[in-house]
Amino acid sequence: MAGIFKKIAEKLFKNFFKKRKDMKLGLYGPPNGGKTTLANRICEDWLNEKDAMGTVSSIAHETREVQIKNSVVIESKNGKKLTFNLVDTPGIATKIDYEDFIKEGMDEKDAKVRAKEATKGVIDSIKWLDDMDAVVVVLDATKDPYSQVNITIVGNLEARKTPVLVVANKIDLKKADIKKIQAAFPQYKVIGISAMKGQNIEEFYETLFEVAR
Amino acid sequence: MAGGLTLQFIPYGEIEHLASQKRVDKLLRLVKTDKIILLEGRLRSEEEAELIRRTMEEINDKFTGIELSVVYPESKNVAFFARVKQSFINLVLGDRRGMTIIGPANVVREIKQDPDKIQLFTKDARKR
Repeated sequence: MAGIFKKIAEKLFKNFFKKRKDMKLGLYGPPNGGKTTLANRICEDWLNEKDAMGTVSSIAHETREVQIKNSVVIESKNGKKLTFNLVDTPGIATKIDYEDFIKEGMDEKDAKVRAKEATKGVIDSIKWLDDMDAVVVVLDATKDPYSQVNITIVGNLEARKTPVLVVANKIDLKKADIKKIQAAFPQYKVIGISAMKGQNIEEFYETLFEVAR
Repeated sequence: MAGGLTLQFIPYGEIEHLASQKRVDKLLRLVKTDKIILLEGRLRSEEEAELIRRTMEEINDKFTGIELSVVYPESKNVAFFARVKQSFINLVLGDRRGMTIIGPANVVREIKQDPDKIQLFTKDARKR
């Protein structure tokens, strides 16, 4: 019985201090979903910094290290402010083959280095799951959402009771299908955006206030 | 056996007594011998993440990772009491419903997953 009270006290203590520091907002998802593009968009919109979170590429695993931008403040239409540390994570995958990078035009040596760094990036992304206060899961709306990586990410966030907003990115592309993503994750709010073109980005910011309170 | 595939069925009872780390170790060890694992039930989501993390640690020129998929019966239309009962059973005995498929990425090219259906595409054996 004493153990239960101890656990409750620890949780209250932890939550008390959690509210006093800036919350960590993580961007998670499979590779090439547009996490860094969205992170750059947020930094450009609210900090006036261009490409602040890193470069983007059509070759998977461009982001291989966790990137953090501290103290991002966004404002809602009714004047509310939300401050967070933005954490852009490497895409989570179950396989990484250096030969795929060679097919994209890299030489063997660079491809092997990229593959090695990418595996470390995935490990870091998984480790950081414990530290997140809220997460935006960024999915490519032109791709099949029923991949186990997506389900595992969401399942882990659910188990940690981390608030989640699902973003269906790349809605500017013809093949984009937001309804399919909504059907795959009916328990979460799904917002369709184009991080690259800024399409529907206002609705994304407004929804962020609802999710990351 | 050139081009042959080995599917190994693992009943949940074979892993239920193991700690999470040992479960992941066992599954990964089997997958690394180029077997496709059909596991009764499913791992906890934390164990799935651990399986991915461990897989990343093991990746090299020959072992390029895994393909992972879970077919799981939806319980949306089940009554609340039945869901609570099932959650309790899962907590005590582990989740034996559904099926988990884990294959080595050098053998399994892709697993396409719909809520109730799985399609498994293998790599051309000559290219492995």
